[in-house]
Amino acid sequence: MNRKDFLKASGITTAAIALNGLPIKAIADKADQVKKIRGTSTDRIFVFVVLSGGNDGLNTVIPIDKYAELAAARNNVLIPQNQVLTLNGSITTGLHPAMDKMRTMYNSGAINITQGVGYSNFNYSHFRATDIYNTASDANTFLNDGWIGRYLAKRFVGAPNAYPSVDFLDPLAVQIGNSLSTLLTGPDGQIGFALQDLNNFYQITNGLNLDPPPNTPAGHELTFIRYINEQTHSYIQSIQNAAAAGTNTVTYPTNNYLANQLKIVAKLISGGMQTPFYIVEIGGFDTHSNQVNSSNNSIGDHAELLGKVSDAISAFYEDLKAQGKDDKVAGCTVTEFGRRIKSNASSGTDHGTAGPMICFGKNVIPGINGMSPNLPAAADVNDQVPMQFDFRQVYASILEDWFGVSAADTKEILNNQSYTKLPIFKAAPNGSTSVIDYNNYTLGAIHVYPNPMKDHATINFESEGGQAHIVLYNDMGVRIKDIYQNEIQKGRWSVNIERGTLTTGTYYFTIYIENKSASGKLIVD
Amino acid sequence: MGTDTKIKFNHSAFENQLQKNIAYDITKDEAFNKAANKTSPLNIRKKTRSTLAPYTGVWNDSTAIHLLNRAMFGAKPSDVTTAISLTPSTTVDALLNNTPSAYPIGLNWYENTYADTTGVAFGNSWINADYGDGTIDYYRRIGLQAMWMKNIMKQNFSLQEKMVLFLYNLVPVQFQLVGDARFLYQYIQLLHQYALGNYKDFIRDMTKDGAMLYFLNGYINNKYSPDENYGRELQELFTVGKEGGQQYAEADVQAAAKVLTGWRVDSANISTFFDPTFHDTTNKTFSAFYNNTTITGQSGSNAGDIELDALLAMIMGGQSGITAANYICKKLYRFFVYYDIDSNIETNIIAPLATTLINNNWELKPVLEQLLKSEHFFDFQSQGCYIKTPIDKICGLTRVLSVPVEPLTTFEDEYWLYVRQWYYADAMGMGVGEAPNVSGFKPYYQNPQWQELFINSNTHPKRLQWTDQLLTAYGHYVNGSTSYKANLPLFASTLSNPADPDVLVADVVKHCFGLPVSQIKRDYFKAILLSNQTNNSYWTIAWNDYIASPTDPTALAVVTNRLRLMLTEMFRMAEHQLC
Repeated sequence: MNRKDFLKASGITTAAIALNGLPIKAIADKADQVKKIRGTSTDRIFVFVVLSGGNDGLNTVIPIDKYAELAAARNNVLIPQNQVLTLNGSITTGLHPAMDKMRTMYNSGAINITQGVGYSNFNYSHFRATDIYNTASDANTFLNDGWIGRYLAKRFVGAPNAYPSVDFLDPLAVQIGNSLSTLLTGPDGQIGFALQDLNNFYQITNGLNLDPPPNTPAGHELTFIRYINEQTHSYIQSIQNAAAAGTNTVTYPTNNYLANQLKIVAKLISGGMQTPFYIVEIGGFDTHSNQVNSSNNSIGDHAELLGKVSDAISAFYEDLKAQGKDDKVAGCTVTEFGRRIKSNASSGTDHGTAGPMICFGKNVIPGINGMSPNLPAAADVNDQVPMQFDFRQVYASILEDWFGVSAADTKEILNNQSYTKLPIFKAAPNGSTSVIDYNNYTLGAIHVYPNPMKDHATINFESEGGQAHIVLYNDMGVRIKDIYQNEIQKGRWSVNIERGTLTTGTYYFTIYIENKSASGKLIVD
Repeated sequence: MGTDTKIKFNHSAFENQLQKNIAYDITKDEAFNKAANKTSPLNIRKKTRSTLAPYTGVWNDSTAIHLLNRAMFGAKPSDVTTAISLTPSTTVDALLNNTPSAYPIGLNWYENTYADTTGVAFGNSWINADYGDGTIDYYRRIGLQAMWMKNIMKQNFSLQEKMVLFLYNLVPVQFQLVGDARFLYQYIQLLHQYALGNYKDFIRDMTKDGAMLYFLNGYINNKYSPDENYGRELQELFTVGKEGGQQYAEADVQAAAKVLTGWRVDSANISTFFDPTFHDTTNKTFSAFYNNTTITGQSGSNAGDIELDALLAMIMGGQSGITAANYICKKLYRFFVYYDIDSNIETNIIAPLATTLINNNWELKPVLEQLLKSEHFFDFQSQGCYIKTPIDKICGLTRVLSVPVEPLTTFEDEYWLYVRQWYYADAMGMGVGEAPNVSGFKPYYQNPQWQELFINSNTHPKRLQWTDQLLTAYGHYVNGSTSYKANLPLFASTLSNPADPDVLVADVVKHCFGLPVSQIKRDYFKAILLSNQTNNSYWTIAWNDYIASPTDPTALAVVTNRLRLMLTEMFRMAEHQLC
């Protein structure tokens, strides 16, 4: 047996050491030997906008119908009701006055809001809560890798070590800004990498804020190693190409850290980079004090942050729209927890539980999933925003309806648990719509009569009770209107549907009650 | 992800990598050739005024780490604590005089993979056994190399292991080429015996070593057709070198070869002997370089030893002895300080060290003591400029992070673990026992790139990948039941104040970077630890929660995840490749 045979038999080889996720080239000139393949059917892109610190959902997506309750619990941070930005088609819900640009997006059909996103047994620690959201674990389970990392490892078999490959030369994920998040930890190491400044590749590959090398032998060697670090970065060519080919067509807001990041993302997308996942992040949402200006609750730290988020996402959306790239890009905001209903005495709010998740893009189903949050008449410090949807329902929707992942794979990615999808995205990549896929009549028998209907019909269903929300969609999965939204008791319920302006055709309705849902078909004659 | 999936994953990744593995050719490595030294970087270093006078400057974590990084493999926090409880001088004394680690062992670890047919049972020693066959010998050799890695990772507070590697690099054999583990075991014993001993005695014994006789054809050198191989390398590589002005002549190579005729290897008894019937008994006359010395031809059973002693007395005495001592001291300097030697260093550092070596009859300890205690060694221009060797990288980081390499489930797994680490080191350009040729590892002799050769487009990614993998939750896979991975909270708890994120970052920088980094950079690392929050107390609370209940899964996961992300980022920095 010679050495080579031994290597084979034992599975040990010098090549086998390349078993991890660093975005670097195995061979210096490999890029010359592979051909780039672009424009595959799975070229959808998702942008994860992390609002770190725990965003105050009640002051972001504001329940206009709960002003008495809000005033009783948090008067010192409450936005004056007359300044809340109203949303077309909703009498219960508005946006923070700093979010004017996002209101415009909402009214033009580019925003989907899911209310009351959370999980059971909330953890109030930033770190643990962040890990739960990143790894998609339960409150009491511990996962080493991130849900996006698991998705990418499943989609790109052998990732990160087997990439870049002839099939995919672009980074599998890019985080703009700080170093890689647990979100991108795959089963075998970090997938993707962080970059901040397209004009300085030295920094992309050598970390941010490079110290100048000292004028000593150590500085001499440091400069040498940094250069090799940069040149062996396996994605440098791909990024350089995309950055050179890409452009920004709108003026992004200045002094806006998030806008700076999204501007880079837009440029890379514009330049043809196929990277399916981007992560951007803006911090500062841990508003224990001075959340609002003491003399004017509509301004202050939180208003500034929300204004930046709104302006940045809007500019990004407009940029992609102007370049005809908006069709394949969607995104959402995520934060590790919401904040307490009752404010504290420092003009701030403490760590809370559930909150809204805002999805955006041309292909989201416009509107709001779930109810305006149910608040107690006089919240005390122990009262929390009730959870309506599990955060992994949103993840499942992203995986299945945005990326076209099968239900079985989605289940595996989400730690072998099944989550009911939400009507967030209009159509999965394979053309099926998210709503039509519903087949789990977990709410008991549903009857619609008459069906086909002419002027009106009645939906009968049975329920354990809770926050109920019934939404009507057309056969393209586009949300047409909210039929019903209220809290119901356990029992059998009947809800009327009026024809109104509905044209002849096939429609689907989905009944959401707490974290269950069911759908049915309705034909308008 | 369970083990099964992990195995499948490894296999698929392995297959994929195989397809990618194109032979590396450094002449086509554009990045390396663009950035590496074109000439010796003499202009970088300001003319140094520091000399071999004893160092009297500050003695703190940073200076102790500098010494330990060079004298050992990695500066383990507990070793740093030991060092700063001493003085620079007493620390060097301890490094020189502490009891060294044990010799590598030669045991049958391979029985379940390939049965030993020489009567050596699983777990028993083969050092006196029959050769067996090529496969048995392969497993014995790789096992020996694996135990060499283990010895380094388990090193005592001692200069021993670094000097074993120094001697190996200076007087190497290639294990695969020698092809008999039993003799290689004896060869390694010699390296250990003389690591801090007498260099002249080392060369004398090495000349008669079985592995060396095989490697440089001494075992077939005879009076009828002398083989000049060893006679040449003895002078060119092991003693006087080939640099500089006056040199040995070709005739000296031939004369030395004649002196060395008659040494033979007895494979059956795993020993060497002198056979006078093959010995050239004529007088051997050397050139002016050796002062026209004549070694009188000897006959009889002691002829070989008598002439060998005379040969070494000639080479390592007189003017050629000074040349040889300078050559060895330059080798030491490049191994412990930096590769760049200008005329100033040659005069003020190398020449005095060579004098020390000669005055002490080729004992290595006084030279090492003088160098490592010197103000020149601690000169700021001597610090942070050493590109970590693959062994520094693998064994050093393993030590610094306190990677729990034991207990392992079985004796066999332990071997597999170190075998695997040996292969990583080999892939990065420094497999102990497999120097690319008799000159040793290129980064220690190839002018003008020198140690920059350790970092190229082929090896650098492997270096970073190895570190990244070490930090994953799965670590380096060994087999179904064992993996080799860092326990990051355990590492953090060896640092001075892990509850304070600023101190934690500063400690990691000190222990793992060759250069200090700016506050901006440290804040950047800290932000990772804080998940981008700005309040230090978030980390402090998380760390204290972990300390209060180290097995609580939430507390453990919270600190582990953050340390993993921060250290992954830090160990990708160029600063981490230097010491």
